[in-house]
Amino acid sequence: MPRYEYGGDEFIFVELAEEMSLEVNFQAMAITKKLREENAADILDICPSNASYMVRFNPDSIHPDALISKLKELEKSVSMDDFEITSRLVDVPILFEDPWTHEALIRFRDRHQDPESTDLEYVARINGFESTDALIKGITDYPYLVSMIGFVPGLPWCYQMVPREKQIEAPKYVRPRTFTPERAFGFGGAFAVIYPVQGAGGYQLFGIAAAPIFEKDSKLVDFKEDMTFPRQGDIFRYRSITREEYDSIRQQVEEGTFRYVTKDITFKAQDVLENPKAFSDDVLRRLYS
Amino acid sequence: MIKVKNPGLQTTVQDYGRIGFYEVGMPPSGAMDKYSYTASNLLVGNDENAAVLEVTYLGPVLEFQQDAVIAITGGEIPPKINGEPVSMWETLSIKAGDELSFDFVKGGARVYLAVAGGIDVPQIMDSRSTYTLCGIGGLEGRALQAGDVLQVGTDHHHVVKSGTRILEELIPVFSKRHEIRVVIGLCSYRLTEESKERFFSIDWTVTPEANRVGYRFKGERLNFVEREQPFGAGSNPSNVVDLGYPIGSIQVPDGIEPIALLNDAVTGGGYATVCTIISTDLNKMAQIKTNEKVRFIPVAIEEALQARKEHKQKILQMKKHIEGNLEGQMNG
Repeated sequence: MPRYEYGGDEFIFVELAEEMSLEVNFQAMAITKKLREENAADILDICPSNASYMVRFNPDSIHPDALISKLKELEKSVSMDDFEITSRLVDVPILFEDPWTHEALIRFRDRHQDPESTDLEYVARINGFESTDALIKGITDYPYLVSMIGFVPGLPWCYQMVPREKQIEAPKYVRPRTFTPERAFGFGGAFAVIYPVQGAGGYQLFGIAAAPIFEKDSKLVDFKEDMTFPRQGDIFRYRSITREEYDSIRQQVEEGTFRYVTKDITFKAQDVLENPKAFSDDVLRRLYS
Repeated sequence: MIKVKNPGLQTTVQDYGRIGFYEVGMPPSGAMDKYSYTASNLLVGNDENAAVLEVTYLGPVLEFQQDAVIAITGGEIPPKINGEPVSMWETLSIKAGDELSFDFVKGGARVYLAVAGGIDVPQIMDSRSTYTLCGIGGLEGRALQAGDVLQVGTDHHHVVKSGTRILEELIPVFSKRHEIRVVIGLCSYRLTEESKERFFSIDWTVTPEANRVGYRFKGERLNFVEREQPFGAGSNPSNVVDLGYPIGSIQVPDGIEPIALLNDAVTGGGYATVCTIISTDLNKMAQIKTNEKVRFIPVAIEEALQARKEHKQKILQMKKHIEGNLEGQMNG
């Protein structure tokens, strides 16, 4: 049963489930999509998240309890059977074990569960991978659903589209770092993320994205409409690249010519839930065709 | 134009805030003490959303290069024009060549300086507010620096007579002990009953980590209900599957130090949130300094809504009073 909670007098927080699953994420997407379509003037922000969602409203025009009743009604009317998502497949190049995040993780070793290993070595071991290469393969073999945006502008929480038993899990740092490089690729809980800007962070550091996901000056084509690139519902494929390709992409970014490889897609949530592996294989074929 | 001779500790351009972009992770930013902010704009006849300067702890030194109507509200950081003390919460005239400076802080933490017409910087996502973490809004996305020059805009409707004052009973009084009202909820079920009880019965001390992003408090360790962590949440008992954080929400990473998230906060993450500061008391939070004591008071939602109504009433009262002190309308 969803849990409805007041976030002070301006927010309603709705927890759909305590644990993460593709199903509950799709549910949050479907409810917030329908709410958005209503264009209610007394609602200021609609924030879908991983297994919950949040609404910021104007309590001068709607009582929080009236809003909760409305959300309950709306949830009843949302069916997952025919829920379709229109989004993008995106190729996201990552340089694993790069020098910049390596320097950061070494600097904060005293805040880590296992000061003797690197983050990649540690997560490979606790997830039963025989090597860091095997872990990288696990991360890059199957695509991720962008299940939530936030923390700072544009940060995508990404949840791999594989059955539960194949999910990779990692604890967060014992104490968060005060520094994380811009574009760092991290992993925490069951989520992969890219840090849009330099700052604090507690996720395990595995590598660095070659291209930006936040650009305040909107120089690149992909940022013409928004400063932030990721959108909830996007499907990201993290691809392991060489230092050579990394440098080449960095140069294209500098020159303003870089553009993400993307394909538009409309898919049924049910198709993902019924057979995530078949869906993932199909997605990868379409992305690189 | 206004020339910045000395920027002070942290002086930023802020308006009502960047509202409606929370879902992409963009916090609202904006003036932290909206009550004082609104009063400063009303006193100079500005639009209620006009951009002002938010001054923190240590005031700037500003040289006005044009005649202007200004008002200074908020915490007690006594202002001076050409070295002579001037009143806060009052419409003031300042002449080209005059220098505005501030004495040391006596109470509160933040002051709002409104200039008739507003501070003119480009609007980014419908707002002029500075968000320094990502370097957007305000003047080049950062706090003011020595040598900066600020332009005055045209966001005003009325000419308010010099000497117009906010009614005495509407001027807040600042102390070093604070009661901040919160609504319990969100993931409060994660705290043990004993810790919940302790949270509301001790004085929390504000640590040096107290800024526009949030305030961190020292007190005592809180405990979470033992459980097998849900899938995807992470292993610490204070972890939850990453979720949205309301503005004003309070979390306690690892049970060690509670953090109240404020205007420039992160919009979501994986720590259990246990309560939310009511919107009216966010204004009070903005005026709290490091080492001061805070007691959190749990209130029902109806009380939060009532406090909000009273806040609106006060603003209305201010408006009516100022409307009786107008010299004229602005055209356009």
